[in-house]
Amino acid sequence: MDAEVFWDVLKARGLTFFAGVPDSTFHKVFNHMVKDPEIRYVPAVREDVALGIASAAHFSGRLGGVIMQNSGIGNIVNPLTSFSLMYKIPALLLVGWRGYGGPPNDAPEHWIMGEKTPEFFDLLKVPYEVLESDNLESALDRLLGAIQEQSVPGALLVRAGVIE
Amino acid sequence: MIDRVIAIERILGHIQKEDLVLSTTGMISREVFTTDDRPGNFYMIGSMGLASSFGLGLALLTPEQRTFVLEGDGSALMSMGTLPLIAAERPGNLVHIILDNEAYESTGGQPSISSKVDLAEVGASCGYPSVARVDDIEGLESALLESDASPGPHLILVKAGIAPVEGIARVSHSPTEIRDRFKGSVQGPE
Repeated sequence: MDAEVFWDVLKARGLTFFAGVPDSTFHKVFNHMVKDPEIRYVPAVREDVALGIASAAHFSGRLGGVIMQNSGIGNIVNPLTSFSLMYKIPALLLVGWRGYGGPPNDAPEHWIMGEKTPEFFDLLKVPYEVLESDNLESALDRLLGAIQEQSVPGALLVRAGVIE
Repeated sequence: MIDRVIAIERILGHIQKEDLVLSTTGMISREVFTTDDRPGNFYMIGSMGLASSFGLGLALLTPEQRTFVLEGDGSALMSMGTLPLIAAERPGNLVHIILDNEAYESTGGQPSISSKVDLAEVGASCGYPSVARVDDIEGLESALLESDASPGPHLILVKAGIAPVEGIARVSHSPTEIRDRFKGSVQGPE
């Protein structure tokens, strides 16, 4: 999937306010984003900070987004449980799924979180979808439906190579 | 040193009706709630360290309203990376107040490291265009007036004493009530 198509689909759904910490999974996504004046991106220093910033969008009638690597899931557990899920404040989490499939894929530091990534979201009852190269609109619309219905954050898991 | 609850009274006495106020977890939210419970207050009763980043997002998205962040030294130290981020993003409508009693008072008064690290100097190094370090009521009043008069983000470090208020109430609103009435106080998208 082309990164430009990815952004066109997100922007068509009103998603233009993001904060995050970069991941190489989103290299092309970032390249397009920084050139697009319609997208406001705050380069947060940590994933929890990104979630705090993005959550503010709910209060002006929008849905904010977080861009992050799955290694940052640990940093958002407390703000998810004692902020987002407790106050029921929605957000879209775009999560780079490093270490997918376990060894020998990716670098050793991604193996354990790569295997556990869906389990974290299951455990916290955070809805998620896995992006494939041909399902962006259907996966995103299912996820946005769940986010709106439950008024909680939801995660789109993105593996290496799906967005080119 | 200023009693923290006195500082909170002065700060809440200074803000305008349309200003947004975020208070951090622990005693600070309970004291804000007890002093002046208003719809434009968001009591962040959990998520220690998150008030400053939530405040940054609000300030960026609602430039016509001022956002006041009230947090403690423990919370500021926990999310120290947010200080340079706020300075870099430079929202002129953000007033960041750290009530610094050099302790984790809500959990029993364990000392923090802010007796040895000056958080006002940290803020100045990060690049806040306006930094005040106050330890009496006159200094606090003057810093609040300064924050009215010039664009921020402003950092006000209030050196506060440990003075627990006996029997202070917990925030009685449910989390979703806090969310919804706060949302009603936010004037809308940029």
